[in-house]
Amino acid sequence: MKRSNAPIFWSLFGAGGVLSALVGPVLVFITGIAAPTGVGMPPAALAYSRVLGFAQSFGGKAALFAVIALFLWHAAHRIYHCLHDFGAHPGTATKVLLYGSAFAGSVAAAWLLLAIGR
Amino acid sequence: MSDATKTIEIEVLRYRPEQDAEPVLQTFQVPFTDDMSVLQGLQYIKDYLDGTVSFRWSCRMAICGSCGMMINGKPELSCKTFLRQYYPGKLRVEALAHFPIERDLVVSIDDFVEKLETIKPYIIPREPRALDAGEYLQTPAELAQYEQFSSCINCLLCYAACPQYGMNPSFTGPAALALLHRYNADSRDGGKAQRMELVNSEEGVWSCTLVGYCSEVCPKGVDPARAINMNKTNSALDYFLRFVLPKGTAK
Amino acid sequence: MSARKPYVRPMAGWWRRNPYYVRYMIMEATSVIVAIYAVILLIGVWRLSQGQVPYEMWLNSLRQPLAVVFHGFLLLAMCYHAYTWWKVLPKTLPLIHFGDKPVPGLLLSTAGWTATLVASAAIYATVRWCGL
Repeated sequence: MKRSNAPIFWSLFGAGGVLSALVGPVLVFITGIAAPTGVGMPPAALAYSRVLGFAQSFGGKAALFAVIALFLWHAAHRIYHCLHDFGAHPGTATKVLLYGSAFAGSVAAAWLLLAIGR
Repeated sequence: MSDATKTIEIEVLRYRPEQDAEPVLQTFQVPFTDDMSVLQGLQYIKDYLDGTVSFRWSCRMAICGSCGMMINGKPELSCKTFLRQYYPGKLRVEALAHFPIERDLVVSIDDFVEKLETIKPYIIPREPRALDAGEYLQTPAELAQYEQFSSCINCLLCYAACPQYGMNPSFTGPAALALLHRYNADSRDGGKAQRMELVNSEEGVWSCTLVGYCSEVCPKGVDPARAINMNKTNSALDYFLRFVLPKGTAK
Repeated sequence: MSARKPYVRPMAGWWRRNPYYVRYMIMEATSVIVAIYAVILLIGVWRLSQGQVPYEMWLNSLRQPLAVVFHGFLLLAMCYHAYTWWKVLPKTLPLIHFGDKPVPGLLLSTAGWTATLVASAAIYATVRWCGL
């Protein structure tokens, strides 16, 4: 029996699942509903200077990176299984595309956050 | 008994390999009383309406695990499911899903029996033990770690509930993996390292996507989804720590 | 020659056969929403790195009514994801006993749902009333 490499992807899926279950709803609410409409949140909540300051701090960079990267790895893994469940027989190419996108997104997030500086 | 006899419509999925290209439904009108199980309804059909209907049964009391079938699309033991639940509607009885139909309600379970062998469903002693060493002692807490998983009666309702097994029969499947865990979790057993090789493979726990329906349909209160998914955690630890731990639990 | 001719039934459309499977498929499909939201945030970080004007264009795009409605849908899906995530999580944990009573899965799930509520309140309060 061949040892499966699934633990790598499953762990990232799990980490992203926990993080998105903890903070996903409130983040969508803040960035997508409350701040844009000003309902329950001052319109300045996501003002440039404020968010820039957050993205310049070490904790802010870490939080933004964790959310973007882990959400992507979580989704890639589940979408792969979802395609299988729909009977689409995803092959290695699909796997590479999905996990590759999550990897590319993580690298892009890291690079942009570093580029924002301190 | 004061119940007036009522009549219920039972549709049976028939498959007679010598004459049918594919399964077809046949409808029967079955008189029943409130104490009659679906199995008894089928026995009525066989005795009085059509003697050619084939199905498996034995104990009639939910312990032999022979009479599993799809009843209105759900995997059930037909001895533990009552006709009155469906009245005044009708019910449809089909062979257990995800297994090849041999004839009518009889499925071929060869695949499961082979899988059951691969999990080594017996206690493998840590070291040879002489008779005069006496019995093994086990605490209630040690018993609790495997007790529910030992209630499996191999009725295969969980396989009929598992779409992953239906789509990919190389998956070891819920009952066999729950039994694998039953032995791994037993304090008297020393065979975990041998069984982890299967756990760690794609055919082991990693073909499960935690649909969870297996645990819903189990007539004996076993939680195969838990056995499988807690072993994903074990397998992942084994994967990452195998170079660190003194003696890995698997090859 | 054997007279056996076992019939293998097709699996196509299996998830429509049982409401339990439909709920499972919705749970799995929330992953698409998680991915979309990650991409929205990634675009935000990208615009932020470009400076104030691009960032405010991104913010402005979020203010479009259609974007707000879309985020309402994302919120629903994200809530369903959080609900189902904690609901199934106990399956991945070892059996835990308190004394000689097994700790029920529902209690562990409830701990998860509570954690989401606490984290949500903390993040909301921080963004609303404190500095980021």
